[in-house]
Amino acid sequence: MSGTDVVAEAHEDAPVASTALFGQAVLYPGRDAYLATVESLRAEGYRTATDLTVVDYLTHPGRSGLPEGVQPERFEVVVGLFDHARRERVRLRIQVPADDPTVPSLFDLFPGTEAMEREAWDLFGVSFEGHPDHSRILLPEDWVGHPLRKDEGIGAIPVQFKAASERR
Amino acid sequence: MSAEEVTVATAPVDLGDDVRVRRRAGSAVLRMTEVKAADMAHAPRDPVTGEQADERMILNMGPAHPSTHGVLRLLLEMEGETVLRSKPIIGYLHTGMEKTGENLTFLQGPTNVTRMDYASPLFSELVFSLATEQLLGIELPERATWIRMLMCELNRVASHLLFQATNGMDLGAVSMMIYGWREREEVLRFFEKVTGLRMNHNYIRPGGVAADLPDGWQDDVRHLLDIIPPRLDEYEVLLNNQPIFRARLQGVGVLEPAEALALSATGPILRATGYDWDLRRDEPYLAYDRVDFDVVVGTCGDAFDRFAVRLEEIRQSLHIVEQILDLLPGGDYRTQDKKVTPPPRARIDESMEALIHHFKIFTEGFHVPEGEVYRAVESPRGELGCYLVSDGGPKPYRMHIRGPSFANLQTLPHLMYGRLVADAVAVISSVDPIMGEVDR
Repeated sequence: MSGTDVVAEAHEDAPVASTALFGQAVLYPGRDAYLATVESLRAEGYRTATDLTVVDYLTHPGRSGLPEGVQPERFEVVVGLFDHARRERVRLRIQVPADDPTVPSLFDLFPGTEAMEREAWDLFGVSFEGHPDHSRILLPEDWVGHPLRKDEGIGAIPVQFKAASERR
Repeated sequence: MSAEEVTVATAPVDLGDDVRVRRRAGSAVLRMTEVKAADMAHAPRDPVTGEQADERMILNMGPAHPSTHGVLRLLLEMEGETVLRSKPIIGYLHTGMEKTGENLTFLQGPTNVTRMDYASPLFSELVFSLATEQLLGIELPERATWIRMLMCELNRVASHLLFQATNGMDLGAVSMMIYGWREREEVLRFFEKVTGLRMNHNYIRPGGVAADLPDGWQDDVRHLLDIIPPRLDEYEVLLNNQPIFRARLQGVGVLEPAEALALSATGPILRATGYDWDLRRDEPYLAYDRVDFDVVVGTCGDAFDRFAVRLEEIRQSLHIVEQILDLLPGGDYRTQDKKVTPPPRARIDESMEALIHHFKIFTEGFHVPEGEVYRAVESPRGELGCYLVSDGGPKPYRMHIRGPSFANLQTLPHLMYGRLVADAVAVISSVDPIMGEVDR
């Protein structure tokens, strides 16, 4: 029995929707069930968070392939987990609305997501509640905007350099 | 490989505990903004007692320090010569390559991703191409698969040789730097012959590879197989048998397997801790299930193990290359699906359809069915992943690269904590981050 089946069963009262595309298991927990789902997956043997990123579906809202009951939103947080013993991957896609782009941080479960969540905040403006160091990572600290959002144009932002502070 | 063998192969060693990397308070990571760090550069308070300590200060290392392999900047909280908390500051090479990827067609994509990890560019091209091909649902000719494997394994050799060179340089073994670059150059010369370029090849493309191997490639590869292994033995004499070199590395920057897993570290860093894990064997892609090789693991997870694992991995890669010499099948080097592969020049003069296909591929690009996919390969630095979303158009809707160096960099503060600043140099070097891939 695969780990994702176990987790899907554990949440029988509020089942987590799932699909399998190209043999890759995908779970679609709601934002409220996100932490609990990741926690039970971790208990099930998914010891490593390989990847965490965001997709902005602003210009492609009617994406197909979402299972029934999943309400598409503008942002999607995509988390990849790996179970070394079973050699299985699972991907979680969490729908995050544009007017409240917040999800809980995975830091306490997977400390390796610290940099990935900072990157997601930096480039997409999705914030992670409970993150220990919620700051920009790739762009300068005083940068305005989140460049990987679809409504940020290419080349529309003048190149900024960190101004040398008088204190230094 | 049967299921039973699999269980034995990864039978967990004692993973240790990962409390150290889970801490929020009292962590080795200096979690503060650059502005705040500059403010208190001369007397940071002790995180536990809250007292100001005279001996304590925040020191800025990099981004242009020679041991930071590019433009890594570190904020180090120092007490005398000892490093306490630290924070890697990255982004100096950030050029928005993921955004660029959304504005290039799938055929142009490899030119972009190849510039991420500039020490092993073929792997980025490979993972992008694999993801695209999975969305397209096309089958590759066998020869293309094997050529990809040959080139990638040679690239791993080149990349690890570069590591041996820079690692030696950082630790004061300057002659090692010259030797490492010399041998790497031999491999790059072969790459130049095959792809036309020493680096940033754009050789592996969706649908196959850009060109067939040139005549006489076997002789060039045999030449490499002849000259590199004896020189690896020389490295062992020069480095492994050298008491000063060992003393600089052994016991420095120790990582437990559980900590590596928790921090999403992969590749030689994870294997050096003794955790037996390699995507080539455990999640076979290309034709790795048809060649024989060993997964090299360390025992203590210190900087010396990370060095030794990489040295032995060069031998294993050469062993794979040797088998590919015999096994490489004939046939086509790219798929003959006319929607993906441009027609040969001669066909364009004869056939209207060929002309149309040629024109469509190079102006608009081929359309990729809607969907999303994640593919991962074992790059010299660990799990290199590509998350690709297509909206049915000729350009990716979202292209995300999971860079192994980006995740591996998170181990730095934990490895450096409580050690001398000279050890910090050895630690950075042993993690072997490529900043082009960290910043993307």
